[in-house]
Amino acid sequence: MAEPVLRVENLKKYFPIKRGLLGALRGEPHRYVRAVDGVSFEVHKQEVFALVGESGCGKTTTGKLVMKLLEPTDGKLYLNGQDVTELKTQEEVKNYRRHVQMIFQDPFSSLNPRFRIYDVLEEPLLIHGIGETRAEREELVYKALEMVKIVPPEDYVGRHPHMLSGGQRQRVAIARALILNPTFIVADEPVSMLDVSIRAEILELMKDIKERMGVTYLYITHDLSTARYFSDYIAVMYLGRIVEMGPAKVVIDNPIHPYTRALLAAVPEPIPERRNIIKEVPIKGEVPSAVNIPSGCRFHPRCIYMEKGLCDVKHPQLIEYEHNHWVECWLAGKI
Amino acid sequence: MAKPVLEVKNLKMYYFTSRGVVKAVDDVSFELKKGEVLGLAGESGCGKSSLGFTLMNMPTPPGKIVGGSIKIDGREIVGLPENVMRREIRWQKISMIFQGAMNALNPVYTVGYQMIEPLLYHKGMEKEEALNKAQRYLELVGLDPEIVYRYPHELSGGMKQRVVIAMALLLDPEVVIADEPTTALDVIVQAQIINLLKKLKKELGLSMIFITHDLSILAEVSDRLAVMYAGKIVEIGDSQKVYYEPAHPYTQRLLSAIPRLHEDVEKLEFIPGQPPNLIKPPTGCRFHPRCPYAMQVCKEQIPQLTKVDEDHYAACWLL
Repeated sequence: MAEPVLRVENLKKYFPIKRGLLGALRGEPHRYVRAVDGVSFEVHKQEVFALVGESGCGKTTTGKLVMKLLEPTDGKLYLNGQDVTELKTQEEVKNYRRHVQMIFQDPFSSLNPRFRIYDVLEEPLLIHGIGETRAEREELVYKALEMVKIVPPEDYVGRHPHMLSGGQRQRVAIARALILNPTFIVADEPVSMLDVSIRAEILELMKDIKERMGVTYLYITHDLSTARYFSDYIAVMYLGRIVEMGPAKVVIDNPIHPYTRALLAAVPEPIPERRNIIKEVPIKGEVPSAVNIPSGCRFHPRCIYMEKGLCDVKHPQLIEYEHNHWVECWLAGKI
Repeated sequence: MAKPVLEVKNLKMYYFTSRGVVKAVDDVSFELKKGEVLGLAGESGCGKSSLGFTLMNMPTPPGKIVGGSIKIDGREIVGLPENVMRREIRWQKISMIFQGAMNALNPVYTVGYQMIEPLLYHKGMEKEEALNKAQRYLELVGLDPEIVYRYPHELSGGMKQRVVIAMALLLDPEVVIADEPTTALDVIVQAQIINLLKKLKKELGLSMIFITHDLSILAEVSDRLAVMYAGKIVEIGDSQKVYYEPAHPYTQRLLSAIPRLHEDVEKLEFIPGQPPNLIKPPTGCRFHPRCPYAMQVCKEQIPQLTKVDEDHYAACWLL
């Protein structure tokens, strides 16, 4: 099999919590928020890999680790087979970002309000020294805008972000990520701030770009429906770990992990004739804090199938339940 | 046939800004029957939240109600003086579950303190009695009654949302307006809140207006559905009819833009262009610049809601 574009091995990110002076004097141990706690996955060329989960599950932190916006506590990161876990010089990081770009959630705050659209798009070119003359750069900027269907680009380059609608801003943000011709794009909730009709437009655009430019995506989202539509693989995260992973359709149509099942049961179904039926979500309690992670399987306090003496004691491993479908649960296949 | 608890006729609410008059709610009419949930759908800026606040007779400044009528249980509330609204109508006849429970509660008071305020002022209850009532309502929404002594920061998002729901129900209002009650919540908590609202509807016979941009959630709760576009209701009716046989091109497009969880969709549809500026809305049908079927008449005359089927109306010249 071909070398994956991105390979992540046992990635961890712990954020230390400040002890007070009193805590330090008492010699209390350091405590950590275990935001990402041993995550491994591979993304192959021109695939879309979705990280799905609720807020606080570590999906955005994983994205930031991949972007090298955060340094991992432990684990390895490979891009096209090259170890990029530790990039020492500023120059190396810069080079890495030529290949890996990010689209942020909120197009209202991700574009500098004092820049014209032209400046927004020219900045990465200047930083990376692409295009010798202004005319060359202008050509690239216009091309990038045409790519995201901001046409005619002449009408838009002189505008400031506040003169564009939310959908247009997000398209400019995508153009900014594309202008360096990256191989990998981390898209962190790129459509969750947008209206339904515009959401579909942006997803279509991102799909189209994937086909035309051969980019690979890490798609971070809480929305299972768009994940199923847009991605090839889905990994479900819970409290810093991937609990289930596999081809998008398999995970959604045949979920094995009790958490994935609960998550899927909670997605509103657009079937109005069933409106008076109360469908219970098979889950107990609320998400615990990532500081005090439960013993054994971290989902056990909320799991309705929990087996005492097993799930609350021993930590399950991610096993290949069926071809390419991975589950981290002691009871996989038995429930 | 049940008598409507809420009748809205030709309601108009405009924002008077320095840039011009924004026609956020423009000639809106509908009825809400007892025990019914009316879903109000639309994209951001279509006027759905403005309509919610207008129904409480408290449009956000610089907004003003410029015409039309709102009758709750037969009583006209447009034009009522503010002190009467406050004493007799708001929270007692019509109440609201606010968007973003995170920010709807005052962080410096206990949950109980803010819950019993209306009971002390409106009902003249003693503190003891009021706290008891607050606890009963907290139990009703599935919370531990001891929460009255807690501060909002001690509660999770889902719990705060439940508190906000309990507050809205405290004076047994005829009509409850739920403005995006689940938007800031995670999927699982959202499903639990929707279940709670369904349960309350069944047990208390709540009449509710449920405002959201998410059509999937609306399908879960609404008996009837109204779709708003640019300050006007473009389609309204029995939710199954609107859902399965949408008559207005906007509703049709909106429904086919949603990715489905268990269906394969080859390509999602989207609506080109963007919602209009409500200071100078397009002439004629406000959807015509984005409508693939637009004709000459659409540009010139405003279509009225016409009957498509029993309890199903749409405003479109194509019908």
